[in-house]
Amino acid sequence: MAALDQTQVKEGVDQETVDAVREVGTYKYGWETDIEMEYAPKGVNPDIVRLISEKNEEPEWMTEWRLAAFERWTQMDEPNWAMVSYPKIDFQDQYYYARPKSMEEKPKSLDEVDPKLLATYEKLGIPLKEQMILAGVEGAEDAPAEGRKVAVDAVFDSVSVGTTFQKELKQAGVIFCSISEAIREHPELVKKYLGSVVPVSDNFYATLNSAVFSDGSFVYIPPGVRCPMELSTYFRINAENTGQFERTLIIADKGSYVSYLEGCTAPQRDTAQLHAAVVEIIIEEDAEVKYSTVQNWFPGDENGKGGIYNFVTKRADCRGDRSKVMWTQVETGSAVTWKYPSCILRGEESQGEFYSIAIANNYQQADTGTKMVHLGKNTKSRIVSKGISAGKAQNTYRGLVSMHPKAKDSRNYTQCDSLLIGDKCGAHTVPYIEVKNNSSRVEHEATTSKVDDDQLFYCRQRGMDEEEAVALVVNGFCKDVLQALPMEFAMEAQQLVAISLEGSVG
Amino acid sequence: MALPEVKQTATEARLANLVMPDAGCTRAAREDALARVLEMGLPGRRDEYWKYTRPDTLVAPEAPRAALFDPDEAMLFADLDRLKIVFVDGVFSPEQSDDLTLEGVTIDRIEDICFKDIHWAKELYGVLEARGQSPVQRPLAALNTAFAADGIAIHVSGKPSKPISFIYRHASETSDAMLHHIIRVESGAEVTILENGPAASRFNKCMEIDIADGGVLHHVRAQGRDHERRAATHMFTRLGQESVYKSFTLTVNGVLTRNEQVVELTGDDAVAHVAGACVGDGDFHHDDTVFITHDAVNCESRQVFKKVLRNGATGVFQGKILVKEGAQKTDGYQISQSLLLDDDSQFLAKPELEIYADDVACSHGSTSGAIDETALFYLRSRGVPTKEATNMLTLAFLAEAVDEIEDDALSQAIVDRLEGWMSRHS
Repeated sequence: MAALDQTQVKEGVDQETVDAVREVGTYKYGWETDIEMEYAPKGVNPDIVRLISEKNEEPEWMTEWRLAAFERWTQMDEPNWAMVSYPKIDFQDQYYYARPKSMEEKPKSLDEVDPKLLATYEKLGIPLKEQMILAGVEGAEDAPAEGRKVAVDAVFDSVSVGTTFQKELKQAGVIFCSISEAIREHPELVKKYLGSVVPVSDNFYATLNSAVFSDGSFVYIPPGVRCPMELSTYFRINAENTGQFERTLIIADKGSYVSYLEGCTAPQRDTAQLHAAVVEIIIEEDAEVKYSTVQNWFPGDENGKGGIYNFVTKRADCRGDRSKVMWTQVETGSAVTWKYPSCILRGEESQGEFYSIAIANNYQQADTGTKMVHLGKNTKSRIVSKGISAGKAQNTYRGLVSMHPKAKDSRNYTQCDSLLIGDKCGAHTVPYIEVKNNSSRVEHEATTSKVDDDQLFYCRQRGMDEEEAVALVVNGFCKDVLQALPMEFAMEAQQLVAISLEGSVG
Repeated sequence: MALPEVKQTATEARLANLVMPDAGCTRAAREDALARVLEMGLPGRRDEYWKYTRPDTLVAPEAPRAALFDPDEAMLFADLDRLKIVFVDGVFSPEQSDDLTLEGVTIDRIEDICFKDIHWAKELYGVLEARGQSPVQRPLAALNTAFAADGIAIHVSGKPSKPISFIYRHASETSDAMLHHIIRVESGAEVTILENGPAASRFNKCMEIDIADGGVLHHVRAQGRDHERRAATHMFTRLGQESVYKSFTLTVNGVLTRNEQVVELTGDDAVAHVAGACVGDGDFHHDDTVFITHDAVNCESRQVFKKVLRNGATGVFQGKILVKEGAQKTDGYQISQSLLLDDDSQFLAKPELEIYADDVACSHGSTSGAIDETALFYLRSRGVPTKEATNMLTLAFLAEAVDEIEDDALSQAIVDRLEGWMSRHS
């Protein structure tokens, strides 16, 4: 725990949090909020689907959409091609809907939200206050004088508890709210775009999500608008035996820009929990979306007990010409990760980028990567993936780069590097490359190595202890990706990289 | 687990056309292999391992007709002093072959090994193929073990003075051949194996190579130019301590070729290099599937595959380096590249790494693209005509793979073939 004591306590984080961190050791978000919850009965069936739809006060078409997805799901098989193994999931032994009792009456403003919930997010370092800067973030003091604003949508188990800065965003024409609210308030947008990037029948988990998603975030940026602040969603799983199924829909209309951040944590428990999210992004002409994730779900304890099963489908559709999407992810949590944020580069000259750091320690298993589907002319994509395995973990990069015959003069560059720390872990690379025209250039490079002894020796010689030295070398290894993150996230990610690897040396 | 119905039906239909040779002492191995086929089923279109190559015609009960082809060039390796073993449509031809005696090696037909009580052969036939079925299934190899009608067993105990050369002649438009060779290289022995010719309309070949500590085997192969031929070949190689295996394959034309190399490094400090160059024009589908397992310390493996494709030709590369737990100090390298000479051709690749040891240096690279315009411009500005410049750059592109052949005479023979192809196809 030596390194933990040295971890600087973030400004604005109270003593309670610091103590909590000490208690849980390496996973500092493992505590639980004691709050009265309301559950739907266990299991999934058409009645549960209807119940979720009803709880969200959804219109008839949405209920039908969900039921059709459920019907489809019953005919599908769980995928087994990923390099992960876990006990069979009993989909009927889960709660599909859990919300804090206090959320029964929808709070009209943040002031009405249950203080316990507010405290939860406060403790997580994500205060739901409309303040100038995201508190609890180191390095925030370097922010420009006028401050950086970040609007937050906070999702607690199955429901969104509140969204900040809604008024100010509204002035800019930006719609940022929970998806359940969007279904009620902006049905025309939801109807048009929902399921248009990730179809209902896309894959086992996406189909399940389509049937039972309970909440999530909705973003619409109107034409020509540069979103005045960063938007973020913070997902927290709190209830036991509950699956979280959130749905995010982001629409960037012509010439708009938005940067979107996503964070997630869950309490430390010894039973595994399911998280199956779907994120759909639609990017029109000349628009740009940056999507950054710091995924820090509970990874299970050092013996591989508990943790989150993270089965996520994320896809961006660059529909318009010159549209651009950038996925950045730091994956440190979850017992099992199955996640492939993808880009469909349909518009001419559209661009997709994917930067990823996946860290697996102890018994964690991560199978993650991306798909770059080049359909339009002059499309460009870049993939930089850094996988780090320690302990007894398995880390797999799985990706597809596809150049269609019509995607003339397109370009892809892929680099995936793996770092192994210890001789009981594994690092794997499974890229698929499909090139169907000759004016496109595709390059793929991958390396696997261990932490360089010379570099470690150099650091040790300069007086660092071994863990610090490893953290420094690993941070250097991840630099390409960390640099692509928004500032607040970069700082957090850098620390996460160090914390996740704690105890993996020696 | 029961097979899917489509697969079951296809497998049964194929087996109905086959008769297991009455092969005495290989009988047990053949029956085991048949059991494997029945359990796995033959490859189907939906199998992940056949994602980029359609196995239908390789699995069909009858071999699709393939017109005979008269190459207007001298037989490959013709000037070379070598021991020739000739097969016509998959049947050994004693008349056309040389005398099979050579110092340092013993050569027998598989069907004779029982009578001569050759222990090593009985311990090798079907064994490496069976080992090679995990973690990925190779049903066509098991089918071969069970039903191969002919084949040669080579025991290398010294350093023979000349290469042993398999020549596969294609004589009938409907021939469907299955050959199974086994080679055992004893400690400190060294041999060069050559293979060339189209073999048959449809050719299923399996070669099992066991190299003992310190043994060396060089392999150079050229698959015939017949446009309509089809081939599925497997080479299973096991390497002992400080042994060396170097294999190179040239593929020119052929409507469908799937070459699988399954290499297992089981002794420390062993070296395995597999390389391939293929050039395809038009209706050409070439698939290199390589699986290298590192199961010992300080071994080196290299995969170098280059493909030149035009007029709608398809090149496939599936390569994998598996480094098992404890196989420290592994040096694994893999490169697969394609040069697409026009917009209709395609390159499909799946270069994989699976690593369970930390002190390793493994890398793979894969690229695809057209001829470098700048290089072309440079050559043209120096007065080289476009066609020649393109050929020059194409040869340079293929050179890295051809350079894997250590023997200069052999690599020159391959370069001559490539130049011949380019003069005919540009």
